[in-house]
Amino acid sequence: MPRSRFTGLIIIAVVLAVLPFLLPNNFYLDLAIRMLINACIVLGLNLLIGFAGQISLGHAGFVGIGAYATAVLTTHYGWSPLAAMLAGALGAGVLAALVARPIFKLKGHYLAMATLGLGIIISIIVRNEAALTGGPDGMPVPALALFSFELSGEKQWYWVVSGILLLSLWASLNLINSPFGRALRALHGSEVASQVVGVDVAKYKLAIFVLSAVFASLMGSVTAHYVGFVTPNVADFFHSIELVTMVVIGGMASIYGSVIGAVLLTALPQALAGFEGWETVAFGAILMFCMIFMPKGLVPTLAAKFGRR
Amino acid sequence: MALLEVSNLTKIFGGVRAVQNVSFAVDAGIVYSVIGPNGAGKTTLFNLITGIYVPSEGQIRLDGRDIAGVAPHELARFGMARTFQNLQVCMNMTALENVMVGAHLRLDRNLFKGALRFPSIARRDAVLREEAAELMRLVGLEAFIDAHADAMPYGALKRLEIARALAAQPRVLFLDEPAAGLNPKETGEVDILVRKVADSGVTVVLVEHDMKMVMNISDQILVLDYGRKLAEGTAAEVRRNPDVIAAYLGTHQ
Repeated sequence: MPRSRFTGLIIIAVVLAVLPFLLPNNFYLDLAIRMLINACIVLGLNLLIGFAGQISLGHAGFVGIGAYATAVLTTHYGWSPLAAMLAGALGAGVLAALVARPIFKLKGHYLAMATLGLGIIISIIVRNEAALTGGPDGMPVPALALFSFELSGEKQWYWVVSGILLLSLWASLNLINSPFGRALRALHGSEVASQVVGVDVAKYKLAIFVLSAVFASLMGSVTAHYVGFVTPNVADFFHSIELVTMVVIGGMASIYGSVIGAVLLTALPQALAGFEGWETVAFGAILMFCMIFMPKGLVPTLAAKFGRR
Repeated sequence: MALLEVSNLTKIFGGVRAVQNVSFAVDAGIVYSVIGPNGAGKTTLFNLITGIYVPSEGQIRLDGRDIAGVAPHELARFGMARTFQNLQVCMNMTALENVMVGAHLRLDRNLFKGALRFPSIARRDAVLREEAAELMRLVGLEAFIDAHADAMPYGALKRLEIARALAAQPRVLFLDEPAAGLNPKETGEVDILVRKVADSGVTVVLVEHDMKMVMNISDQILVLDYGRKLAEGTAAEVRRNPDVIAAYLGTHQ
């Protein structure tokens, strides 16, 4: 039985291995890379929202911290990419830990508002510190070089990002089925029941918030290097909403749902490009349709339909 | 010395004194029942002792240690476990996982070891899975070992909570109306189960409306009325107490 948990992982690995040979050109490879990066961020966010049951409407803020730590520290201060990436992750982690205690005293709508505020503050700082960040115009980011090896070209990036996603999926699957993960899901299911069996609820909420913030920041750094340019949009409220939507459409508390949600919502705007100005309307309509007919998200709904949980 | 000692416990909600000056002691290894009409303060008393509420006044001692106002997750470390009158089952998990969560404090909860699936974690989880299944059999839920919690009927969920509490290997177990909403056959089974748990050395504190069950299995009974202690004693003593008859069983007799 524990074997079957990884069936999905194996399927994804096979698809990832074959995909580059089926894609006609680099445009599609670029799209695939962006899907995979989003999938990683969404996976981390789903651990927080879907499994632990704590909403964050400011998660792009942490992606922004990573992206700009990489951009600013490498460009202005000559840091190595790896050091800048780790500094960003550390910053995101410390910030998340500092705000976690007061923020997670809140629940439901209030928690949503507080995290929303946090995300907006980060995005305003990024936009206004123009001397460092280039303001609304953004700033260029040097290529990702580790020691003497420099990552370049879509092919290389594709393999690296695929590796990151597979590792993250594996670790997430392990985590949710470990004592830590069960405690996390239990506090979602019933906070009081988890408390009386000894779960320090505040500590667990803090831990998963920090984990998902650090992961978002790392992926923000990766995005910055890959795209070679950062703009304040990366830390934007709309990006936060987009990430939450990917979680919800794919399926809350579904590891594979995170991947499906990220893939679909990254591809959708491209697929709808033919709608000539109506693409946003079509996009919204599709989201509404999904929520009305599949409120639990794609993967859990389909899994239930085919008799698996 | 008594395992649990409550003295002058009071809880005030706004202007309502839900529990007033209640004192009692529970010896280790017995079944101690708390009864009383609706709104007598039984569940409030439970919530005070198990740390869900902070007492307005009074002391609660477990093994001589003052535990009034200590957070629930800390109390679990001292060997306290409980079930809830209104079900608190994690519907987002399987039945077996619910029971496994009960063992939380006995496990290595390290995040990184869990994410990397250290062999020690995998081994312990495999053993725990067996333990949890065994507990489910003990409470009569062998049919639901592979079930998801949200697919289980009410009566089974009540017993699932007991299994989860037992997974913590508590010294004192608080059961808040374990027979509420159960049919007579199920009530009889819970009756036997509670006795079995007590005989295994776990002290049981019970809130229950089912008088037959209470009179059957209790070593000591505490009667509450309007948040106050009305009487305390064995089943026979309580049954004869005129105050209890007046307040609880009705004045017609």
